[in-house]
Amino acid sequence: MSVEKKSIDRSGTPLVDMRDICISFGGVHAVDHVSVDLYPGEVVGLLGHNGAGKSTLIKILSGAYGMDSGEIYVNGERATITNPRDARSYNIETIYQTLALADNLDAASNLFLGRELTSAVGFVDDDAMEAETRKIMARLNPNFKKFKDPVSALSGGQRQSVAIARAVYFNARILIMDEPTAALGPHETQMVSELIQQLKADGIGIFLISHDIHDVMELCDRASVMKNGQLVGTVDVDDVTDDDLLGMIILGKKPGES
Amino acid sequence: MTDTSTSAGQPTPPAAKGPVARFIQATELDTRLLGMIGALALIWIGFHLYGALVNGFGAFLTPRNLWNLSVQTSSIGIMACGMVLVIVTRHIDLSVGSVLGFCAIVMGVTQVWFLPTLVGLEHWSIWIIAVIVGLITGTLVGAFHGYMIAYMQIPAFIVTLGGLLVWRGAAFLVARGETISPVDSTFRLLGGTPEGAVGSTGSWIIGLIAAVVVVGLVFAGRSQRKKHGFAQRPMWADTFIAAIGAGSVIGAVLLVNAYPWPRGVVRRYAAAEGIEIPEGGLFISHGFAIPVLILLAVAIIMALVMSRTRFGRYVYAIGGNPEAAALAGINTKWMTVKIFALMGFLTGLSASVASARLGSATNALGTLDELYVIAAAVIGGTSLAGGVGTIYGAVLGAFVMQSLQTGMVLIGFDAAIQQVVVGSVLVLAVYLDNLYRRSSK
Repeated sequence: MSVEKKSIDRSGTPLVDMRDICISFGGVHAVDHVSVDLYPGEVVGLLGHNGAGKSTLIKILSGAYGMDSGEIYVNGERATITNPRDARSYNIETIYQTLALADNLDAASNLFLGRELTSAVGFVDDDAMEAETRKIMARLNPNFKKFKDPVSALSGGQRQSVAIARAVYFNARILIMDEPTAALGPHETQMVSELIQQLKADGIGIFLISHDIHDVMELCDRASVMKNGQLVGTVDVDDVTDDDLLGMIILGKKPGES
Repeated sequence: MTDTSTSAGQPTPPAAKGPVARFIQATELDTRLLGMIGALALIWIGFHLYGALVNGFGAFLTPRNLWNLSVQTSSIGIMACGMVLVIVTRHIDLSVGSVLGFCAIVMGVTQVWFLPTLVGLEHWSIWIIAVIVGLITGTLVGAFHGYMIAYMQIPAFIVTLGGLLVWRGAAFLVARGETISPVDSTFRLLGGTPEGAVGSTGSWIIGLIAAVVVVGLVFAGRSQRKKHGFAQRPMWADTFIAAIGAGSVIGAVLLVNAYPWPRGVVRRYAAAEGIEIPEGGLFISHGFAIPVLILLAVAIIMALVMSRTRFGRYVYAIGGNPEAAALAGINTKWMTVKIFALMGFLTGLSASVASARLGSATNALGTLDELYVIAAAVIGGTSLAGGVGTIYGAVLGAFVMQSLQTGMVLIGFDAAIQQVVVGSVLVLAVYLDNLYRRSSK
């Protein structure tokens, strides 16, 4: 199953431009002068070993970590992101590898966590939230029926669709997906790749963190490879082979370098 | 996990279930709530029968005992409502007993030593100022604990263990160890003496309003479900719930009105009002005691906060997954400060009730209360692992604890046996709750 790729127009302003980002934890440079960017309708894969710094980089964009130095531009304007709320205000949504769901709450409560719908008197409107959740789930995962159960009672795929619904519902312009298919079966993985195509068509930019070279080759337009906190390079996936990417990940070499 | 997304969520056909299961499904009653009410009923009936059979007099199920039981539960129950939030967010507060003592002393000093010299003895404003001072003291102490836990990252166990010693000692230092009395006479009403109850008419007014609200809420729920096109409960189920709710309220009114003032109080009252006492004595109902009304108000407000506000939603979210809550943009540290401040506020309120009931302020007031409060919350189904717990459970838990103690006093068990039983019940209750959770998964 190969996906027809259109070339991405990169002449305009990037959706996100992260420039010269640095963060260190206790003397370790987790992210060391890294710059990446993302254009509308584009999927950029972030690759690297465990501990290469890709999740850390992305957590800076989603507001979970504050960077030590560097600049983030959203739609060409300097953005200040110091907490997850800031990131959300720039329409940056994140699907974390751990899904970041409160297991004791139901799907609707998780979907709207931090952005609850409230009634006129300021009480949370559970019925309205459930109705909205039913609507979006009918689109994303029509088999989803457990609206009253805590998400701890859901299967891996169902939990994943709650996490995806949360990112999609609030009109994300920039979507960060951290290992979105790691816990999924083949059928659900297919569902996620179809969703990514659909979101791309809507002009949403996606950062996709993955370990799976095949995923990246199939879904991404460009790939940025990190090693030991530094950016090895960013390549157009159509210009490279699987082996080139592996070389970048393992040896930290750009293709063509000896 | 063996279930797949296609087979999951399909309800078992109703025909496969027995009548009880079908009834519970139709009414959507919380089985844990039913279990707790059942356990409480069992304890009450058990003590009554034991008294009737062994001592020849069942003293438990009498208006007098149940009225006193409700008053004695108030102080612990008010604090248990706050402890639910603390434990749900995976913290603990060991200091509430000492903070209660400290607040009581501060209130005592305010209303007995300071205010009478400023505004005069028994001035109308004394009790109001005293209570406000107590509430502020509790809130500040709680917020300070919360600040240390959230921003200085000292475990709640340590902060409040320190607080347990610090505030008990501070209470002693403030009043140099003296017992401060007598407290203001209006303030005393908060403790639930015969005068500190709202009487027959007042109880009927409160009861009827509550009954109307219960019925109204059930049917408001129906129209809300209809608006969103959700499945309706059967009409008979909603009617049944409304009837049970309104019926219990009316039953409670009848109960508290069936307990008359003691003869001595009636005589004093008659003499003061210049009323002639008739031949058969004068029947003046207690009605709901003020501390019980305070407890009910706290429980209702806190239940609303937990189930209907963002604050409550965030409390559960933090308990379920603190990291996810933070990533969802919830300021978890500030939430911790607010939760402990609320715990402190309720401790201050509880201190008003406890010290009014005693008629004085001593620095030993509230000793060991932290253990009863935590036990009440835990018996009520609050999980120490976090994320799970309800206000009604904690209040029922407080009633279970107090019922056990009162019951054993009534049937003549001594203090040593009481401790053994209460301790064992705490452990047993948590074990049963674990079993329930596992079987309901």
